[in-house]
Amino acid sequence: MISSTIGIWNYWIVFCLMMIGLFLVIGRKNFLKKIVGLTIFQTSVFLLYITFGKIKGGTPPILNESIDSIYSNPLPHVLILTAIVVGVATTALGLSLVLRINTEYGSIEEDDISAQDLVDYHDDIETGKSVDLKFK
Amino acid sequence: MISELLINAFLVTIMLSIAIALIKTRTVIFTVILTSAYSLVAALMFITLDAVDVAFTEASVGAGISTILFLAAMAYLPKKEEESISSEFVPALSCIILGGILIWCSFDLPEIGQLTAPIHQHIAPEYIKGSKEDIGIPNIVTSVLASYRGYDTFGETIVVFTAGVAVLALLQKKNPAKKNKSQPKQKIRKNA
Repeated sequence: MISSTIGIWNYWIVFCLMMIGLFLVIGRKNFLKKIVGLTIFQTSVFLLYITFGKIKGGTPPILNESIDSIYSNPLPHVLILTAIVVGVATTALGLSLVLRINTEYGSIEEDDISAQDLVDYHDDIETGKSVDLKFK
Repeated sequence: MISELLINAFLVTIMLSIAIALIKTRTVIFTVILTSAYSLVAALMFITLDAVDVAFTEASVGAGISTILFLAAMAYLPKKEEESISSEFVPALSCIILGGILIWCSFDLPEIGQLTAPIHQHIAPEYIKGSKEDIGIPNIVTSVLASYRGYDTFGETIVVFTAGVAVLALLQKKNPAKKNKSQPKQKIRKNA
């Protein structure tokens, strides 16, 4: 019973971590926190993949002729190596978007920004400009 | 064998506590430091799960470069996170429901470390057998990354390049705006 619980304990916590990341992305209104949430989500997915690749009593997948050893599955490792680098690229892109939003609106809170957009929209109606929700 | 899994369970629980602290904190610098710590514990987990290459990359890129990026961006951003006006009940509820479904599904997953799991049957044994003869380097991860799945790595390079171009395009926008502002002044001078 204990060993089977430990056998899937990692999955449970990884799913909890994923949900915490998702909550930070959809629940929090601060854009920096949203990007941190994305990072958390990504890392938990990495953990899930690497957990799948583990073999009990295995060694890291580096060929070793002296011992007749079992190697853990190298394929998830390769996929995740790629994903980590791409993850940093997306983080950089997201952060530069946040910086750009901050220079335009002076805020990175979603509530502030939508309020400013709403004010602009009503100003446009009053002055009789074309009323499409434009980005400044 | 069980001790390996115990260490894993312990580390992953530390990660959970860091993530909960991340939900609680409202200060940006704490957020950045906690994210860095999270990546570092994840790197430790990767070592206990036999993924040494991934651990190196996570420690250097995930905990290092990401943190530098966050710190650099933090210098231009507000230092405090505001309490949100709208309710967080609906997002929290949907996350809890989705997490419950995922945990319910996890009972069908194979236990950690079983040699009979489907993932270990498909193509990985061929990579492990063929790596020495086909490529000639002992590190199987490197031979899969650079040779068997070289196109993946090529695509990754393209993605990183595209992201770099996009970051440059986004951050360069400041200069034309300054020029537009400075142009009217010059016209005024000419009129005077």
